[in-house]
Amino acid sequence: MSVPVRHRAVIFFCALLTFVAGSVMFSQYKVKAAALSGSSISGIVRLEGTAPHQRPIDMSKEPSCALMHKANLVTTESVVAGPDGGLKNVVVYISQGWTGPAQASTASPILDQKGCQYIPHVMAVNAGQPFKVLNSDQTSHNVHPMPAPGGANQEWNKSQSPGAQPIVSSWNGEEVAIHVKCNIHPWMSGYIAVVKGPYSITNQKGAFRIENIPPGDYTLSAWQETYGTQTQKVTVAAGKPATVNFAFKAK
Amino acid sequence: MAKFVAVTLIAIAIGSAIPILLHIWMPPADISTHGHLIDAQMADTMVEAGICFIAAQLILAVFIWLAASRPSGYKIRNFPGGSFVLVLAAFFLVGTEVLALGFFGTKAWANIYFTPPSADSLPVQVQAGQFAFYFRYPGPDGKFGPIHPEMINEANQNLFGIDVDHDQDAKDDIVTAEMGVPANKEVHLLMHSKDVGHSFYVRELRIQQDFVPGLDLSLHFTATKTGRYEIVCTQLCGLGHYNMKAYLNVMSPTDYDSWIKQQAALQ
Amino acid sequence: MHDVSSHVGHHAPPQGFFRKYVFSLDHKVIGKQYYGLGLLAVLIGMVLSWLMRIHLIAPNATIPGLKWLSSTGAPGGVMTPEYYLQLMTMHGTLMVFFVLTTVPLAGFGNYFLPIQIGAEDMAFPRFNMMSFWATFVGFCVLIAAFFVGDGPPLSGWTAYAPLSVLAGAGPGQAMGQTLWAVSIAIFCIGQLLGSLNFITTTLDLRTKGMMLMRMPLSTWAWFITSCIGLLAFAVLLPACILLILDRVAGTSFFVPSHLVISDQVISNHSGGSPLLWQHLFWFFGHPEVYIAILPAIGIVSHILINSYRRPLLSHRVVIYSMIAIGFLSYMVWGHHMFVSGMSPYSAVVFSFPTLAITIPATLITLIWIGSLYGAKLEVTSASLFALGFVSMFVTGGLSGFFLAQPSIDVYLHGTYFVVGHFHMVMGVAAIFGMFAGTYFWAPKMFGRMMSETLGKVHFWCTFVGAYCIFMPFHYLGLAGNVRRYSAFVDDYLQPLLPAHKFITFAALFTGAAQLIFLYNLVRSRFAGPPADENPWHGTSLEWATSSPPPWDNFGGRAPVVYHDPYQYGIEASSGDYVMQNSPEQIQTVREDKSLL
Repeated sequence: MSVPVRHRAVIFFCALLTFVAGSVMFSQYKVKAAALSGSSISGIVRLEGTAPHQRPIDMSKEPSCALMHKANLVTTESVVAGPDGGLKNVVVYISQGWTGPAQASTASPILDQKGCQYIPHVMAVNAGQPFKVLNSDQTSHNVHPMPAPGGANQEWNKSQSPGAQPIVSSWNGEEVAIHVKCNIHPWMSGYIAVVKGPYSITNQKGAFRIENIPPGDYTLSAWQETYGTQTQKVTVAAGKPATVNFAFKAK
Repeated sequence: MAKFVAVTLIAIAIGSAIPILLHIWMPPADISTHGHLIDAQMADTMVEAGICFIAAQLILAVFIWLAASRPSGYKIRNFPGGSFVLVLAAFFLVGTEVLALGFFGTKAWANIYFTPPSADSLPVQVQAGQFAFYFRYPGPDGKFGPIHPEMINEANQNLFGIDVDHDQDAKDDIVTAEMGVPANKEVHLLMHSKDVGHSFYVRELRIQQDFVPGLDLSLHFTATKTGRYEIVCTQLCGLGHYNMKAYLNVMSPTDYDSWIKQQAALQ
Repeated sequence: MHDVSSHVGHHAPPQGFFRKYVFSLDHKVIGKQYYGLGLLAVLIGMVLSWLMRIHLIAPNATIPGLKWLSSTGAPGGVMTPEYYLQLMTMHGTLMVFFVLTTVPLAGFGNYFLPIQIGAEDMAFPRFNMMSFWATFVGFCVLIAAFFVGDGPPLSGWTAYAPLSVLAGAGPGQAMGQTLWAVSIAIFCIGQLLGSLNFITTTLDLRTKGMMLMRMPLSTWAWFITSCIGLLAFAVLLPACILLILDRVAGTSFFVPSHLVISDQVISNHSGGSPLLWQHLFWFFGHPEVYIAILPAIGIVSHILINSYRRPLLSHRVVIYSMIAIGFLSYMVWGHHMFVSGMSPYSAVVFSFPTLAITIPATLITLIWIGSLYGAKLEVTSASLFALGFVSMFVTGGLSGFFLAQPSIDVYLHGTYFVVGHFHMVMGVAAIFGMFAGTYFWAPKMFGRMMSETLGKVHFWCTFVGAYCIFMPFHYLGLAGNVRRYSAFVDDYLQPLLPAHKFITFAALFTGAAQLIFLYNLVRSRFAGPPADENPWHGTSLEWATSSPPPWDNFGGRAPVVYHDPYQYGIEASSGDYVMQNSPEQIQTVREDKSLL
């Protein structure tokens, strides 16, 4: 039985479409494969010397928050160093050499206000990346980020009632880092670092890890709110994880 | 209709007096040494104003009732004595009464403001700033270190901007978020504002004083009863005004000593 | 005594729509324009007060429609603390300036002062038109603050510095505060022009026979208020200019150095004094509250006399008392500043004139009440509101006894006691005066009678409602409830919340009842029964012309005055009264030579 001419055309076009789609998907796979074959940069950020004394915070003016901290002492977080000197809350990011997309992730990071503290104390986003601010406390807060004046980022100040809908915002330009305050609870302090490309924030042990870095030469920066920024050059080879350690000197 | 107005006026007068007579919403018990003069003044004024209030509304009500139901052909009559009596009443009844209140009230005012603090009063600095009160005690050296506004860093809890590294007097200063005072000891409150206008109000202590940016103001008081009291801001200072407060803890002298030592250790 | 000048105030009959109804030189049109502006302002101000009261009892509630007004101020319809303060600021500003200063003085005064003295128009009709349009522009600039970036200012109608100077001190303190200051400055200009007009007209344009003591009490009140206003607004205007300069031109009249906001030192100001703003503002602000109440005192007196069908026990005593109030009003401003940090000696100095001002105010009240003795009472909507005014004025005035004493003010300053005091003695009382004036004079202004039934229902709802709203404020104040809080989170405030709920419901109910008034006003304007020349059998000159009056008030023939303004309770050909311009010889009720 011979296939009619128009059926043949349909079959041909379907095959063509399939071929094109397949090529695209295959080429993506190849890119992904290349990306997956990128390496990671990890390391430890340490403090050399004695960390400055962190002062206790008395939240008595806000009884609902003070109640949440009855059992534990809350202190300032300007330098959070572990027993072996590991520095927490350090933003590690690629300050030079990144050729990938400026927005490394499509997630919407969350800044929560809980127990009258910003959780996390330090976070990072890319320019244009939306982030959400939540209020999980029983009291109103006012969210007051203060970017450097005259730059691409505008200062704003918005109150947020308990249980209110999240405030969704984003930053226009890179800035390391924007200080966030609550004026109603003056001890509250947080930072948002707006960087280009991927980033990582050190944990309790001072450890960071940035994944999926294509091979190349980069400058890695580490920013800590008290000690400022340190940079190091790093070369990433395909398939070989790089290790970079930073050490800040206590004054 | 006029009769209803008269009845309503009387009901309003009596209804308004009831919460006062039943002491439903009243100032809390006075815990200060000077407050009794204020309370006495308040009570005198309440009696005089209360009598004027009830009398005026009642008389107005009665006159309305009578005036609206005149028979036809009624001839207008004058208030006995005419305006002359009323001028006398205004000047000598009301006028002397209020001026007497004012005159005798100066004693209560003078007690707060015209008597200087005693030499052994406890100095406590209070700084008002959007939106909290913070307190500073001078420590064993009895002196307050200078304030460097550019060093104020709320995130790092350097609330007064003091320089413990370079200013000798600042080294033993004690900064707290709650105000602790020993009972029955005069406290000399040294007030300044960090930013805009605020005010210091403790109902039980019968004190209230604005903070004026640029001015160092002071107040003194003696608290007589232990307890935990609220210090609230009464001068509109911005969005957090409603939540600007601190606690005043009036303690026994021994409790105060251990508290201040505890606070010193936390600096 | 001055004869009518044939040139001053004289102008041709208006032609064309714009000249007749928009850019009119006719004081009657201008008076109605002011009234309309005040009506719009009071409606907005009232809605703002509802929003405030709802938020106070339910701070986290979603208010339908609010997010359309401001998505930053009320995200998702939940009002933020700053937005509460911003609405509160606009409420106070609108009410004090655009309602209380506008309607009783510029509204009714503009309409009736020339007529009551027998003149064709104001002395300066062009100034008059300019002053209305300046006020209107000021209003528009103020409303614009709702729609800029961060919204209206949050520093209260009192705009204390440095909060009102520093843009970083809060949302709304940037463009919103500047617009506020500009708006008020423009308002001042309108008021100054108005004051010049009223004073000149009263002194120069009285018709033949209209000696000063023959002017009705309402005219006296407008005249005295204008004298007060001339000095008061002449101080507020430069104060606003200084505030604007501090904000935009780098001056520091009101801001000292080394202020720190959000950990940042304010380095572009030094040497200024926040107390200077307070002194300048209250030097205006205290006379302002008398500017708000004196016209209502005059209007209420005028209406009460008509309702009593007899003159007051002493016309002169009321006039001298009003003058005394005006004079003393300039000596008391420091009573707003007892705990402000100014010298405590000055507190004593300010408290005595504050207490002394009780005397003329009491005198006027005693004369109102004393004149009712042995009198009749015509019960109308107008007279009900006038009597309600007396009750409110007594209540509000008595709470002043407490606040006038610095020692008691230590406890009551900054609490709801103060808010209750000024709302009753100035807000509610003046509104009652405006309602009384409307019911009394609407027939003359619009040529139509308003519904008396609806008027009486309106009176009952408003009278009872207003007491239910504002009497509890005094109790809250005694308990130490601080004012200008957007929410009540402090421990000691929790037991007071039920009282606040009661107040909010009373406020919503009373507000809703005002719809009765609006309906009555609008409906009667178009469909009310026609009013004749003198529906209330009044004696003053406004009742000696048609309803509404012709464009030149008296049809080209200036009236001649033969009698004192309140010849009631006599036997005359027209009944128990004789009109001022009636040549009929009668046995006068009062001799001109009275006690004082």
